[in-house]
Amino acid sequence: MADATADGAQQARSSLASMVYDPKARGLFFQIVVFGLLLIGLYLIVNNTIENLELLNKKSGFGFLSQTTGFAIFDSLGTWAVDYTPGESTYWDVFLVGAINTIWVAAFSIVLATVWGFVLGVMRLSKNVILRWFSTVYIEVLRNIPLLLQIFFWIAVLTGIAPGKRDDPMSLFDIFYFDSSGIRGPYPIGESGAGVFYASILIAFVIAWAIGKWAHKRQDATGQQFPSFWVGLGVIILLPAVVFFVMGQPIELEWPDRGRFGFRPGLGSFIEVSFVALWLSLSLYSATFIAEIVRAGILSVSHGQTEGAQALGLSAGVTLNKVIIPQAMRVIIPPLTSQYLNIIKNSSLAAAIGFPDVVATFSGTALNQVGQEIEMIFMMMMVYLFFSITTAIFMNWYNARKRLVER
Amino acid sequence: MTDRNFAYVRTEEAPRMPPPSDTHGPVHWLKENILSTMNDFSSPAKTVKSVVMMLLTVLSVLSAYAVISGMLTFLVVNGTFSIPEGVSGADACRENGGACWPFIAAKMRLMIYGAYPGEELWRVDVVYVLLAIGIAWVVWEKAPARGLVGALMLTAYPIVAFILLTGGALEGSWGAKGVWAVIGLALFGVGIAADKGVGGEALNAFSGAFKAIGGLLVGIVLVGAIFSIEFGLEPVRTSLWGGLLVTFVVALTGIVASLPLGIVLALGRRSQLPVVRMLSVIFIEFWRGVPLITVLFMSSVMLPFFLPPDTEFDKLLRALIGVALFSSAYMAEVVRGGLQAIGKGQYEGGMSLGLSYWQQMRLIILPQALVLVIPGIVNSFIALFKDTTLVLIIGLFDLLGAVQNQALKDPEWINPTAGTTGYIVVAFMFWVFCFGMSRYSQAMERKLYRGHKR
Repeated sequence: MADATADGAQQARSSLASMVYDPKARGLFFQIVVFGLLLIGLYLIVNNTIENLELLNKKSGFGFLSQTTGFAIFDSLGTWAVDYTPGESTYWDVFLVGAINTIWVAAFSIVLATVWGFVLGVMRLSKNVILRWFSTVYIEVLRNIPLLLQIFFWIAVLTGIAPGKRDDPMSLFDIFYFDSSGIRGPYPIGESGAGVFYASILIAFVIAWAIGKWAHKRQDATGQQFPSFWVGLGVIILLPAVVFFVMGQPIELEWPDRGRFGFRPGLGSFIEVSFVALWLSLSLYSATFIAEIVRAGILSVSHGQTEGAQALGLSAGVTLNKVIIPQAMRVIIPPLTSQYLNIIKNSSLAAAIGFPDVVATFSGTALNQVGQEIEMIFMMMMVYLFFSITTAIFMNWYNARKRLVER
Repeated sequence: MTDRNFAYVRTEEAPRMPPPSDTHGPVHWLKENILSTMNDFSSPAKTVKSVVMMLLTVLSVLSAYAVISGMLTFLVVNGTFSIPEGVSGADACRENGGACWPFIAAKMRLMIYGAYPGEELWRVDVVYVLLAIGIAWVVWEKAPARGLVGALMLTAYPIVAFILLTGGALEGSWGAKGVWAVIGLALFGVGIAADKGVGGEALNAFSGAFKAIGGLLVGIVLVGAIFSIEFGLEPVRTSLWGGLLVTFVVALTGIVASLPLGIVLALGRRSQLPVVRMLSVIFIEFWRGVPLITVLFMSSVMLPFFLPPDTEFDKLLRALIGVALFSSAYMAEVVRGGLQAIGKGQYEGGMSLGLSYWQQMRLIILPQALVLVIPGIVNSFIALFKDTTLVLIIGLFDLLGAVQNQALKDPEWINPTAGTTGYIVVAFMFWVFCFGMSRYSQAMERKLYRGHKR
């Protein structure tokens, strides 16, 4: 047996030398060394930290989260959602306010950046020279200027063009008002039966989704088409409208009111000017990257696909919807999600202009008052890590689903 | 033959007709490149598309006009270029309502050098000039000894720049350096002896590790020794650095430090050893998962806790450590892309030649992979260069910070247009650097992937 001879030959060498040349043994040794070094490093860090904390007489642990706070936070979605009141809310509430605001500004930016990015990406491939030039210049200028600078620029522009708090505000159809503090509009106050109305909106979306699903199935089976988009849209508009009047118009609008010194606080809904600046700059900046992703995605679908669709007699619209876009999306989605992740991470620049996102709320007054840097920065990081890991899981799932199925 | 005239044979060329008017000229160009996208009204859907295109085109032209004319009005027409007698600069700018150029002129030194002392500015200039020469040398393809200059830029240049900028002459005991140097030399010697066969096969197998660790120790001690030599330069504290200088220091340190770290991490992530792979993945994904701001907060606030209680720690150095860790994770992913692009045959070829893992990497894989990822490295440098602006949040004054937190706070210059003027100038400076680099990376990409294109 060849194996037996090899074994015999190995035993002839010294056992130490044979172990040294065994890749498994070497690997194990190397990993033990690395792991040991890591443990020593961690031990030193933990030891030093404990010593430092004792020297500075600092508390540790997460007990501070249940303490009540004494400082105010700008009105924002987060303060509204957790009903933040200084003196009653805890530091955990502050954290929630920040986390909700981060999600809020990131979600709004993702929507605008996606729409604008797709428009720019398609424009850059247009046959129309003006659109192509416009898009190219826009992309090349905005993506090469630091985002923080753009945020400063937008907040300077917005507060520069806005009327002062005591002047007449700019208004849009007398529904929305804009002054140097931010945008104000009506605030819906639900009376009895409002819950049913909100639920009906949700139900309408579910029904529309179900209709679409059913129509798709039927078309696969019988080839008959059904105008599911228009029917679905009708359901989404009509059902809540009918419920609204049946329940006796359960929602009343509270309007912002102006006194002698500007708008009275607490009336109507309100969006801080720093949110608008952050939202605009984040969207306009990120759109340039999304545009490049979209352009690459569209270019990745070879012209033969279009020609093949034409040879089959498909109309231009069907070619676009059923041949080009699905294949382009396969290329577009992975970088697009990492771009979304960048938007979420970049929303942390809110700290520079005072919009109360998780970094601004937790690293500002809260950190000064509590003074537990390690725990608080750890919690901030966890918010972003949570999004990153969720996105990574989604991407793995998506890639597995959309992988080209070959033989 | 010659006296016969054939009426049907042409003796001169027929006059050339002008090409049909719809295939050339400005009208045709307009039709082909603009109107053709918006003149189809044959079906409702196409009509909608044509109308949308018209609207978009008009909007594009209008907004481009608004931006260009607005900029020209602000920068030139309404701009303040000189201050009349007896009026303060701020008042003159307020009067004109346009760009405040005297403000920029007054703050230019702050934007480029920060508060670096006046008689020592030549040191910063030397650093800038050396950088410009080095980069031009490496980028210019016909220059001789590009590899050597590139290597010097990554090793000697940071040392020279450090000494020039700080003044060198770091404190530190020569005794400790001596001890470490002896340990390093001893390890290196053991490695060489093991290579020669002293100590048998078992030791021989680890000769590389001994030499590497020994060499690294000697190198570190050597650099430390150079840093503590007294060159007679006035020491300049980093709190006086600012403006473009800090921007360059942060971005270049980030990229230079992240290269070796990123390569090690990328190799670790593709390693066969599960512990090494897991640790690399955790490290990379952690730093890539959090925003740079939190990393900077961490390095400026948390880092001092991790070190022995009496350690003095420079603020800029703390930021640099954070930036280096952060960018090494991104660099690792860039390098990994290059490693994945190398065919399996290259690894197998190396193994069949009997090369060790590190020999394979050093001689075969990395030289190919790193060239492939030059565009990626440049792109991550652009991202890092833009991200350096974030250091103003932890109280360092980079180019943007010098304007935002220093120049604009000067009571002498408070006027409504100073901010916008400053932002436009800073934006232009960043844009020139970033756009230049992205052009370079695109050119490299085209050059490197030439063979794959049909």
